[in-house]
Amino acid sequence: MKAGAACAVRGIHKRYGAAVALDGVSIDVAAGEIHALVGENGAGKSTLGKIVAGAVAPDAGEIVVDGERVTYRSPRDAIRYGIGLIEQEFALAPDLSVLDNVFLGVELGGRGLVDRARQRERFAELAERIGFRERSSVPVRTLRTADQQKVEILRALVRETRLIVMDEPTAALTRDEADRLLEITRELRDDGVTVIYVSHVLGDVLALADTVTVLKDGRHVKTAPAREETTDSLVTAMLGRSLDVAFPERTPPPPDAPVVLSVRGLSRPPAFDDVSFEVRAGEIVGLAGLVGSGRTEIARAIFGADPAAGEVAIEGRELRGRSPRGSIRSGLALLPESRKDQGLVMVRPLSENVTMAHLGVVSRRGVLQRRREQRVVRDTLRSVDARHASQSQPVSSLSGGNQQKAALAKWLVRTPRLLLADEPTRGIDVGAKRAIYDLIRNLAADGLGVLLISSELGEVLGLSHRVIALRAGRVAGEYDGETVDEETVMRAVFGSG
Amino acid sequence: MADGRVATVRGRVAAGPLASVSGGLDFLREYMIVVCVLALFLVLTFTSDTFLTTTNLLNVLQQVAPVGLVAFALTFLLIVGEFDLSSGALFVLTGVLAAKLQPHLGTWPALLIAATAALAGGVINGLLVAYARINSFVCTLATSLMVAGLSNVITKGFLVTVNAPGFFALGSNELLGVKYSIWILVVAALLCGFVLSRTKFGRWLYAVGGNPEAARLSGINVRAMKVWAFAFSGLAAGIGGAIVVSRTATGQAGNGIDIVFGAFAAVVVGGTSVMGGRGAIWRTMLGIIFLALITNGFNLLQVEPVYQSIIQGAIILTAVAIDSLSRRAS
Repeated sequence: MKAGAACAVRGIHKRYGAAVALDGVSIDVAAGEIHALVGENGAGKSTLGKIVAGAVAPDAGEIVVDGERVTYRSPRDAIRYGIGLIEQEFALAPDLSVLDNVFLGVELGGRGLVDRARQRERFAELAERIGFRERSSVPVRTLRTADQQKVEILRALVRETRLIVMDEPTAALTRDEADRLLEITRELRDDGVTVIYVSHVLGDVLALADTVTVLKDGRHVKTAPAREETTDSLVTAMLGRSLDVAFPERTPPPPDAPVVLSVRGLSRPPAFDDVSFEVRAGEIVGLAGLVGSGRTEIARAIFGADPAAGEVAIEGRELRGRSPRGSIRSGLALLPESRKDQGLVMVRPLSENVTMAHLGVVSRRGVLQRRREQRVVRDTLRSVDARHASQSQPVSSLSGGNQQKAALAKWLVRTPRLLLADEPTRGIDVGAKRAIYDLIRNLAADGLGVLLISSELGEVLGLSHRVIALRAGRVAGEYDGETVDEETVMRAVFGSG
Repeated sequence: MADGRVATVRGRVAAGPLASVSGGLDFLREYMIVVCVLALFLVLTFTSDTFLTTTNLLNVLQQVAPVGLVAFALTFLLIVGEFDLSSGALFVLTGVLAAKLQPHLGTWPALLIAATAALAGGVINGLLVAYARINSFVCTLATSLMVAGLSNVITKGFLVTVNAPGFFALGSNELLGVKYSIWILVVAALLCGFVLSRTKFGRWLYAVGGNPEAARLSGINVRAMKVWAFAFSGLAAGIGGAIVVSRTATGQAGNGIDIVFGAFAAVVVGGTSVMGGRGAIWRTMLGIIFLALITNGFNLLQVEPVYQSIIQGAIILTAVAIDSLSRRAS
């Protein structure tokens, strides 16, 4: 076994469109240590891990491995330096056998032939080391998630990896499996492998890591020995003022405002379980939670996009046999998480996207009334202030912010009772963000109920009248949006309170 | 049409080298078929004395009527993001069934029942693709084999000839000096074009093909749209089959199954995207005319017909390459 690699990054910058993921981050990772990266959603920890492993190219900054400055042109280059990445989504060939996956691209043998006997021997050795007990001939697809992950680890070991980046490795594991993974990770370290461990499970991080680095809004907050830290001290470091966008004034809903949405015992295990809450007319209720806490899944289940047990009622009338179609009729609107994949039909014109969900408004007996449609589209786009050259331009030719406004406009052709807004400002610039905040606030002021989901806690707290904290698919707390502070909500979503 | 305006706007907005490449490709994708048809038309007009005569042109149209109907339906299917290989087999089945049933039921009931059988085949394809979630290519390949086999069973391998004089009406009678089949083609083109560009149904087809998840979250019944498109494909194959059997008065298993390739060629040459969400009936109409003019020109200029399929293949490749490059660039 070669010794672990020491790694350092200097002044790393990375932007995704308008969003800054990393803003000049520098850290040092010593050879043979487990170095954890922690932070809120969107703090930049995953991006940093991927940059070290060559899966993402930084816009600026340098990466130093064992004192030598390196430039990766592809993840293959990183492998050459002995750096491997284990992501949440595994990069395995599902129909190939375990053995073939492990040796993929580095087959043992010569002259184009594979020496299977030698491979099996080496495999047995490594499998023993990390406690992998499945047969090497079965297709990877048939393995449980935890075992697939071990195949990823075996794959890294076969490549003589000296530094492994693990990105949220326990996210898809049961507690027992996660504990086993922590053990394996410790053994790897004891064998001299360096590990960069990206996770939001602070308990695991403290139990496992030698060193912890806290990131916040793409910036380095601190790096310290793990034994000097506690869950509390880490959460405190993750807080601090967000890079702020000013939020519009909150107009509280009248005290006698009727309940628009009532959710009772909504369950779709394992995503979320027994979730109950209400949203009143004119009220903005924010759902706060980590990635995987069930935020998006809850909104989709309410809308009928995914099946779920439990009750959903709009203005006291229960929705039965929930489907998007029925939900829209009852006055629900879903601004989905990804406008490109779920919200808009990118190849079609702007106007068609705006009227798509409400063609009944602009047609008679199934035949479109084009004049009427043009007028409706013009008025609706004006109400959200979406800049466009022409109604017939493809929606893909708009900027991200204007696309998002168009995706919102789609639900304003006929005013809904309740808007489910999932990540309404993801990947758009600050100006467009403020415009979306104003729109949401104004809609609420007009009596609409809003369920707001965002991975930016500042956004949830800045806009919501009431905040519901989710942890692992359950409601972990409910707070007044005006008075609650970030720390309280963070403790609830991290479970450290 | 609406598509045309999209292109000009994008062309104007486009900036930078990549955008202008994409703009150029888009322009090609949008208007190549119009230019090609016009050019070919002029060339044939000047090189052949018989090309620009009413008889020749009506003859061309009459020949393309069945493939045209199948191509219109295939346009709907590609727009909704699916494909139908089985329309050739359903087309043949219709002919065989009609010829076989005519002596027992009379002309019109036989044609009606045969076309309805094709429609039913289309509905079954649609249900299999939409609800059993079988890939449409594989599904219709399988049903195509089954339907072709069924035609063989019905004819027992023989030619089925019809002798009743009234049987020729649909394929050979004229209204105002123009064959019924041409009228059917024209009416179908207008109707399909109207449905696609002016109705809710048409919008839903585009939305489902362009982004099924966004369509579903907008309350559109994605599966139903697919079943409708397949049903239409079956019906079009049925009507096309009825026209041809009425013209030839013979049903023969295995003869005419390749109509689906001609139809597919016409659709993609016209500029309808094989990736769903984009396309139009006028494009398919021009695609049909373009391919028909090539065939007609080869005949009039006495070029060996063996070269036709090579040229057709090359044209399809070019059309699909332009589509896929323009997608990648944008």
